[in-house]
Amino acid sequence: MLELNDIHTFYGPIEALKGITLKVNQGEIVCLIGNNGAGKSTTLMTISGILKPKAGTISFIGSNISDMPAHSIVEMGISHVPEGRRIFSRLTVKENLEMGGYVKFKIKSSKLKIQLEKVYEMFSVLKEREKQLGGTLSGGEQQMLAISRALMSEPKLLLLDEPSLGLAPIIVSRIFKAIKEINEEGVTILLVEQNAHAALNLSDRGYVLENGRIKMHGKGKELLNSEEVKKAYLGE
Amino acid sequence: MSRFTASPFFIALWLALLFLPFKGFKAAGILFIALFAAVSLLKVFKNYLNRDSDHYFINILRIAVKIYGRCPYLKLRSIALTLLISGLVMALPFYWDDYKIDIAVLAGIYIILALGLNIVVGFTGLLNLGFVAFYAIGAYSYALLNTKLGLGFWASLPLSVMLVTLSGFILAIPALRLRGDYLAIVTLGFGEIVRLVLNNWDSFTKGPNGIGGIEPPHIFGMQISSLGHFYYFVIIFVLLAVFIIRRVAASRIGRAWIAIREDEIASSSIGINTTAYKLYSFAFAAFWAGLAGVLFAAKMQFVSPESFTFMESVLILCMVILGGLGSIPGVILGAIILVMLPEMLREVQLYRMLALGSGLVMLMIFRPQGLLGGKGVSFRS
Repeated sequence: MLELNDIHTFYGPIEALKGITLKVNQGEIVCLIGNNGAGKSTTLMTISGILKPKAGTISFIGSNISDMPAHSIVEMGISHVPEGRRIFSRLTVKENLEMGGYVKFKIKSSKLKIQLEKVYEMFSVLKEREKQLGGTLSGGEQQMLAISRALMSEPKLLLLDEPSLGLAPIIVSRIFKAIKEINEEGVTILLVEQNAHAALNLSDRGYVLENGRIKMHGKGKELLNSEEVKKAYLGE
Repeated sequence: MSRFTASPFFIALWLALLFLPFKGFKAAGILFIALFAAVSLLKVFKNYLNRDSDHYFINILRIAVKIYGRCPYLKLRSIALTLLISGLVMALPFYWDDYKIDIAVLAGIYIILALGLNIVVGFTGLLNLGFVAFYAIGAYSYALLNTKLGLGFWASLPLSVMLVTLSGFILAIPALRLRGDYLAIVTLGFGEIVRLVLNNWDSFTKGPNGIGGIEPPHIFGMQISSLGHFYYFVIIFVLLAVFIIRRVAASRIGRAWIAIREDEIASSSIGINTTAYKLYSFAFAAFWAGLAGVLFAAKMQFVSPESFTFMESVLILCMVILGGLGSIPGVILGAIILVMLPEMLREVQLYRMLALGSGLVMLMIFRPQGLLGGKGVSFRS
């Protein structure tokens, strides 16, 4: 479904991605793990078009998206939940979600309402807080809002950047359960995580990034049991 | 700390200190006492209003506010308010002398300008410090089209406004690669460039002498030259501006602007073409500045670079901030206040800028969101 072929991305003179090649198949949950600065978030931002690769190609369902602007990539069916949630804190929960459906639906259309109800079904707490300002939600609720906002455009592929960031363990497991549910409804997921244990448990496959390169890849469970990963990321 | 800074003593002391270098200790002392008394009284009065009292006048006032506040039909309420305000606005020229009408016309032009700037600064969140450039281009293009080519008001209006919108695009294309402070500096530079070109291109713009003899507009063969007529003429354009800007702000475009203001990365990650919408915002704002410029030229029948200094840009920005970023009624109120106030303070000539400045500082302390701001943040502005 999504294929990255030898992607190089720079921040000014600094080469953050030094040739990333990876593949995500339809219906999978794939995770990227790695230390700080390994290039996980950069990879996601390059896929969603916020950053442009200097070399390499990204193809999504057969078409090359590496030169497309970010907004066209959303229209193609890739939704990105950026790191640190980035919800619109001075807009209400409902307005946040409506903005999420921006590319797909007209304002106040009945289709928008149907999609809104679908998302509320998954996270009922958002329905309760519909009229509250985004910034007044708790961290976990904000993460749910960020994911829901991304789901509003009915993506085929969802890019999640550190959904567990700064959340209590119990909330993290709630979020991971939701990710599983979203995947079961047919949305392919590419997940970036620091929380390697939880992420690998959830994922079909995983890639380990180090200094802008892919160091290992394999089935989620395999990586979980590999000595190297255990040493470097699981602290065992 | 904030309790202390909000105390009448602190406010009076602080303003008196500001005043000190201008008039010496004696005047500053008097100011301190007067301000301290005034602010304390205001506080007492505020408490008094909150408590039950037997005072006849205050009771009536309170009952009126209560009735208004409790009226169940929200629509009816807003209709009543609209009727009241529009009746007042329409009737004013019959009671006012030319001097006051003149200021009111000017206020109308500034309302259009401030509404325009509010699009960029209030909705989209981009700081534009050279807004006066578009105002100048609008005014000069009507002046030149009229005096050089002999085109009338209605023929020049679309041409001028189109030219200004185009210049908005032209400035925006390079400027929008920048963010925040850098963008502000570039727009500031643009404002100065336009003014200096107008000032120095003698053969075309007549330089600092300005262009005179501009024709006032005609409607159905009738020339609008009396101030009273011009008042109504400007009001039509103000209403047009309010109507269109409100509609656009509530549309997809307006929502995209607000999303960009709130978080640009999030906006592009949900599929908003941020570059395009920032461009539209700049150009749409320039459009209204151009319209205001044409009206200004038609009213004064004379334009010169003096009217388009950096201070004007700052003044317009102050109107937007005073009224409340993103709030249309707020911006209108801000424009009216900042046009009226210097005229009302004319008696104290020398100190009026000081008074204006300290007034703005007070506002920022007590109501940082602006007079009617705060609600404008959400989609329902």
